[in-house]
Amino acid sequence: MADETHRAIEAVFRIQRARLIAGLARLTRDVGRAEDLAQDALVIALAEWPQSGVPRNPGAWLMAAARRRALDALRHVRMRDRKHAAILRESQEADDGHAALEAALDDELGDELLGLIFAACHPLLSREARVALTLRLLGGLTTEEIARAFLTPEATIQQRIVRAKRTLGGAGLRFEVPRGAARAERLGSVLEVIYLVFNEGYAATAGEDLIRPALCAEAQRLGRILAGLLPEEPEVLGLLALMELQASRFAARTRRDGSLVPVPEQDRSRWDRLLIRRGLDALARAEALGGARGPYVLQAALAACHARVPRAEATDWPRIAALYDRLLEVMTTPVVALNRAVAHSMAFGPQQGLALLAQIEDLPAMQGYAPLPAAKGDFLLRAGRVAEARACFERAATLTRNEREREFLTERAAACERADVDGKCDPGPATKSYI
Amino acid sequence: MRVMVMVKATEDSEAGRPPTPELMDAMMKYNEELAKAGIMLAGDGLKPSSQAKRVHFDGASRTVTDGPFAETRELVAGYWIWQVKDMEEAVAWVKRCPNPMFGPSDIDIRPLYEMEDFSDVLTPESIEREARLRKELGG
Repeated sequence: MADETHRAIEAVFRIQRARLIAGLARLTRDVGRAEDLAQDALVIALAEWPQSGVPRNPGAWLMAAARRRALDALRHVRMRDRKHAAILRESQEADDGHAALEAALDDELGDELLGLIFAACHPLLSREARVALTLRLLGGLTTEEIARAFLTPEATIQQRIVRAKRTLGGAGLRFEVPRGAARAERLGSVLEVIYLVFNEGYAATAGEDLIRPALCAEAQRLGRILAGLLPEEPEVLGLLALMELQASRFAARTRRDGSLVPVPEQDRSRWDRLLIRRGLDALARAEALGGARGPYVLQAALAACHARVPRAEATDWPRIAALYDRLLEVMTTPVVALNRAVAHSMAFGPQQGLALLAQIEDLPAMQGYAPLPAAKGDFLLRAGRVAEARACFERAATLTRNEREREFLTERAAACERADVDGKCDPGPATKSYI
Repeated sequence: MRVMVMVKATEDSEAGRPPTPELMDAMMKYNEELAKAGIMLAGDGLKPSSQAKRVHFDGASRTVTDGPFAETRELVAGYWIWQVKDMEEAVAWVKRCPNPMFGPSDIDIRPLYEMEDFSDVLTPESIEREARLRKELGG
């Protein structure tokens, strides 16, 4: 029974935790201290709530308890500089104006939470540290869970988080929401971190630790929170739409043996209609805000092309090709350039695909990139140039590091030899999984 | 995990008695909180069962009955779909909901089946059979 009460209190705490840390980080300007103070508040709640019952506004109660702790500690420490004195004064003023604080609490908490999100994704930190810190502070994952999710030793994650907190502390961050020109760049980092978390979960295969696919749910939750805090930012909505649409295919994207099913071959009756609807809604809002040229919005629009049609044969390839044209302008990566060529080959025939590949195949980034000869082989085969196609598949097979993909490519090369070809487009798993 | 959170009907909701402006306001705030927390996927209120129909199955027969239905407390007056970490989190959120009805009322929390729940039931053969069936049906 006591256990049950504890678990119930912990559940209430979990709901409040990120906001609590956010408020305390702004108060103490030390995110590590903020996390400890939040934990102290939980300990106090665990001691008091079983007798007193859960307060009507548990968030405010926990915040008040943690704040008292912080002020007690500050009073005991000798004021070494005016900065601390100023913080203390501000806090006391805040305490005095408690009624006003309550009224403004909701807006302020939203702003504080946003400040914490931006801090956890601060460019001062390495990408890995941003991801770990975001999951720890905002997702409430334990160090052990993060380690399991990223297949990394727990000590490494622990160290990464400790160091990240120290870096943020040393930089004298105020945990405020960046404004003006800095905002766009900082927001880019936040979106990148959330999408990294999502992709790590999406890459998990059947039979793996369930914490890995749970990363997708965590990223979606963060995306939804961010969309609530920044409802006017089209790229935030674009990322949310992209994640909801990709997650809608979760049940259909793997075979029993754990191998991935490319989108055109997926059983669409198993796509999640609720997530598709949410994704399309978010995309529509992003486009209505004038965000149609942002990289996340464009990627969501691509995912939506598949979500909107009931059968793979009905896919609007000319539209996909046009979206890739635009995406390449804002996201110039080998993957996008290659997918653009594949989309054009689907929309306008293999010659178009070959023409676009000719523009990129000499680029340094494309050297040794297996999906390129795999796609080229496919275009050549569809154009009836069987011998050249075979050479491309063989080359791709020697380049790939993925065993399953090598088997697939070797088989395609062998099919060329047998002249056993049906002219169907099949650029290979590596490319198809992105399209 | 996903849960369906069901607000159970009462005599008032079945009579179509509208909520007070204060309750509407409190509910709206609560819904905003759910959305801000990133857990709400969907939600709607249902009209009284006087506007409902029920289809009864028995072997090959299908019998349609018009509402209202008698077992008021078993009926659903509204629902949400939430994505939460566990049942404790869902319970903690439900406890924060304003009482949605005038008198005493119930809210049920039911976990949805997820893919993992079927892994023991679906054999490779049954999946293949299903795929073949879909193909034959042109789906």
